[in-house]
Amino acid sequence: MIVPNYLMHSDAARHEFDAYRVRRDFPILNQTVHGHPLVYLDNGATSQKPQCVIDAVNDYYCWNNANVHRGVHTLSERATHAYEQAREVVGRFINASHHHEIIFVRGTTEAINLVAQSYARPRLRPGDEILITEMEHHSNIVPWQIVCQQTGARLRVVPINDAGELQLDKYAELLGSRTRLVGVVHLSNSLGTINPVREIIDAAHARGIPVLVDGAQAVPHIPVDVQALGCDFYAFSGHKIYGPTGIGILYGKPDLLEAMEPYQGGGEMIRRVTFEESLYNVVPYKFEAGTPNIAGAIGLGTALEYLAQFGLEAVGEYEDALLARATEAVSDISGLRIIGTAAQKGGILSFVMDGVHPHDIGTILDTEGVAIRAGHHCTMPLMTRYGIPGTARASFAIYNTKEDVDALIRGIEKAREVFDR
Amino acid sequence: MTDLRELYEEVILDHNRNPRNYPKIPLGHNCEAHGFNPLCGDEFRIYLTVEDGIIQDAGFEGAGCAISTASASLMTEALKGMEVGRAEALFAEVHRLLTEEEQAGEPSEMLGKLTVLTGVKEYPMRVKCATLAWHTMHAALHQREKTICTE
Ligand SMILES: Cc1ncc(COP(=O)(O)O)c(C=O)c1O
Repeated sequence: MIVPNYLMHSDAARHEFDAYRVRRDFPILNQTVHGHPLVYLDNGATSQKPQCVIDAVNDYYCWNNANVHRGVHTLSERATHAYEQAREVVGRFINASHHHEIIFVRGTTEAINLVAQSYARPRLRPGDEILITEMEHHSNIVPWQIVCQQTGARLRVVPINDAGELQLDKYAELLGSRTRLVGVVHLSNSLGTINPVREIIDAAHARGIPVLVDGAQAVPHIPVDVQALGCDFYAFSGHKIYGPTGIGILYGKPDLLEAMEPYQGGGEMIRRVTFEESLYNVVPYKFEAGTPNIAGAIGLGTALEYLAQFGLEAVGEYEDALLARATEAVSDISGLRIIGTAAQKGGILSFVMDGVHPHDIGTILDTEGVAIRAGHHCTMPLMTRYGIPGTARASFAIYNTKEDVDALIRGIEKAREVFDR
Repeated sequence: MTDLRELYEEVILDHNRNPRNYPKIPLGHNCEAHGFNPLCGDEFRIYLTVEDGIIQDAGFEGAGCAISTASASLMTEALKGMEVGRAEALFAEVHRLLTEEEQAGEPSEMLGKLTVLTGVKEYPMRVKCATLAWHTMHAALHQREKTICTE
């Protein structure tokens, strides 16, 4: 593997976070949209990719492409090595105790479905309960609904308060003798709320209940240490953390992974096959049936190394400053209401405006070159809770600057003007 | 630069602010359908009173963006007193107006005020907002029970 040269001056970079310099690593940002410089504030949906990630994927296909774990030739050995090295990078990034706790999947969605089908389904009995929260993404709701239908288990939901914070007293009440698993989002994609997952996990563990954390939005913004959290499962997607689409991670505690059924059957996940029976491969391969997304895994490894050079504390602090600037500026705009005002928040500004539908805000901002998301953000029950059809959402990343925030504010003011005229 | 004023025409803003036949369930309505755009959450219910092949009254309920609301409002205005066959023809004309690359000649006369929707064509992501009410009206006339999605 080629060692990217940024690793050499990583210590220098750590001291001062320089978004203007970071921007140069992202070729896509260097363009205009509708005659304006692109201001990309839809990072919650997917982030852009630095040149080193694009190069890693490209290099893999140019030089090393081969199937993994099954060839004796040089390219296969190289591909396998790069793929497994990426697994080690992921393991270090979230501080897993061993890289065999890292399973490559398609994304957060597949990670949660895997846990629902391989862990929960064989263990659930009618009347058992899965406990999630009111602010979950559909991908942390629907897989549980499916497994509940399959087993007769029930889905229970921890409510939030108006600020968008979990009602922890209600959580304590809902944790019951029939609760078999808790699923909770680490950082809400619609509200920006950072949940006290450590506290949530401790309370569940006190009753012997495992916890799955949906880290799709958390990993790019805050340091995540799965051992310190003590979570049983942690899921995230590559494409939201500067990596490619179609690759994601399920972290699982080794004893749980060992005890689980495979998710899919096929090549790669077996030791020996006869027509009578098959002997499954060891963890994590047991959960990686078929030829995996090798280039995606390599791209993700590169993305995590790229992000790690800045230090996640510095990244989080920088993005918090952008959020603070945006939050303050929008408070002057008449008829604008922020959805999600939790004390602990990261990187996401969701809002609605009197008389201007989020979709119209999105279109008007787009004509100014500002990309945001408008809609329910795959959290329909949460929108119902607030009695709104959706929100406009700006979400920040390492390459956003205060000028981007200012462009956002100008765009929102323009929307106000268009609709007030 | 694309001119926002062509999308957000005065008439569209007016119909968004003060939608006509809204919220309204016409007396004796005998056709209705539910339209939903899961992507942005636009959601309408369209009601029609059809007698002797003529749409005597029309109304709608629900919520959506400016484009979908104005389109629904303009539609209910246009439909009143119209023959069912002509309403279907009008739907086809609106659809053509919103989706056809090159309009051959002038927009059809039957569109009337609805030509204010022309600007939407420049915003492909918004076309389905403008057509939601129309698809729903079509379903109501055909008494389809299912929710109509513009996805
Ligand atoms: C909080 C959260 N969970 C889960 C997901 C699903 O991720 P993916 O679509 O990459 O599987 C997303 C992304 O949309 C998200 O924001």
